[in-house]
Amino acid sequence: MWTLRDKYAITGIGYTHYSNNSGTTVLNLALEACRNALADAGIDAAEVDGVVSYHFNDSVPSIAVATGLGLPEARYAVEFSSGGNAANLIVQTAAAAIEAGLAKNVLCFRAMNGRSGFRLGGGRELSSRGITQYTAPFGWITYPQAIAMWCRRHMIKYGTTSEQLGRIAVEFRANAARNERAIMRQPMTLADHQASRIIVDPFHLFDICLESDGACAVLMTSAARAKDLRRKPIYIMGAAYGGGPNQGDDLFDAIRWPDHTQNFTSYIAKDLWGSAGVGPADVDVAEIYDCFTYTVIMGLEGLGFCPQGEGGRFVESGGIAFDGKLPVNTHGGLLSEAYIHGFNHVIEAVEQLRGTAGPRQVPDAEIAVTTGGAMTCGSALVLRN
Amino acid sequence: MSHHGKPLPVPDIDSAPYWESCRQHRLIIQRCTDCGHSRFPPTGMCPHCRSVNFEWITASGRGRLYSWIVVRHPVPREIYANDVPYVVALVDLEEGVRISTNMICPPDALMGDMPVEVFFDDVSPDLTLPKFRPVR
Repeated sequence: MWTLRDKYAITGIGYTHYSNNSGTTVLNLALEACRNALADAGIDAAEVDGVVSYHFNDSVPSIAVATGLGLPEARYAVEFSSGGNAANLIVQTAAAAIEAGLAKNVLCFRAMNGRSGFRLGGGRELSSRGITQYTAPFGWITYPQAIAMWCRRHMIKYGTTSEQLGRIAVEFRANAARNERAIMRQPMTLADHQASRIIVDPFHLFDICLESDGACAVLMTSAARAKDLRRKPIYIMGAAYGGGPNQGDDLFDAIRWPDHTQNFTSYIAKDLWGSAGVGPADVDVAEIYDCFTYTVIMGLEGLGFCPQGEGGRFVESGGIAFDGKLPVNTHGGLLSEAYIHGFNHVIEAVEQLRGTAGPRQVPDAEIAVTTGGAMTCGSALVLRN
Repeated sequence: MSHHGKPLPVPDIDSAPYWESCRQHRLIIQRCTDCGHSRFPPTGMCPHCRSVNFEWITASGRGRLYSWIVVRHPVPREIYANDVPYVVALVDLEEGVRISTNMICPPDALMGDMPVEVFFDDVSPDLTLPKFRPVR
């Protein structure tokens, strides 16, 4: 269990414009987001000695960013070859590195031309060796197809409906309307969701997140260092990473996963809340990884915001409404803001807790949760101001 | 449904007997000879007891439909345009393992946990795929 409660803080955030075509390289996106984070923090680049990232073979190594920023000595420039499961893991890793004395001040970033370049959702390389020999020959290839299979089981077991999934898409689109960064801002009704093309039953088009170009970065420092920087520190209260048994041979493989109605969140919830010393009822705003509407259901249930199996009814009754008890994905999420692989959720959580979210602001937000990952493994943070 | 242009399994040391057996219209499953645990996909080690000793058993071919999807939007388009809509399914075999496959059944007739049975589709001169249909 995470033992570093409140010892580390996010002290700077930066991001680029989000779009369908950045018109520049992934490296330039990364550099821009990182430079913005340094300026936001008011720290000199010479003090930054760590860079941590994650990517799916669609980005640049952390040493490239360290080199491009001109860091005099990159003591800890590393990355994970990983999916959205690593979105909060890189923040945890940065804190662990500082705790261990491997670095002092660490940039965490995700950068991608996820729409104009390599499109994660458009299918994978048509490999059928290793684990994919059991899936690809049957035409089971893309991530929407992967998670639609999980969703069906929830519908079988708990009666969850497409309309309930649609409520999630509609709520997040309404949130995006308040967000000048968001790519998709035009209003969506439930009827719009239901009328959108069925891509892979049970998923409609609007159950599936965007593909986007852009980059997000945060600066991690010790709580002590944070006191001298420009911004109100946002502390990492609690953190957890992991999942259950049989996480698979790769991030698509869930043949041996025991129960597709639950994802990694149900396995890490105990450590997440235990490490933070707070519970679901204390959370003011939640940014839950929403590569698909269904992953929000699993996140809400898995972390204990509602009982297992009740996620559909919870959202249907307004459980995630912006003006309700648990605003979720206040920026519009991966579904409507942009798909920066979940790292844009960390940016939004920080802005909420700083009180700088403008028209998106949840009043008096003090504690936020972010999750990263959809299926068998993933990460989560509890943040506070 | 032609298999032209579609992914072909690349057999490895663990899976070669499985695919060869499919060619012979037999569904075989690994069972650990030290602890009796069955496993799929085929691997070199039992995840329950970490033994490398196993045998192949012939599966009954019967199972229950754990979940399914109906692919309507072909990806890649040029390969699957003539196949959609098609059903990919997870089937729980009687032997206690789960397998990914195609269900050959009108999508409207699918029901969770329905009993299903295997049949073998010689999709190409070199490949036979185990597929499932509702038990009649």
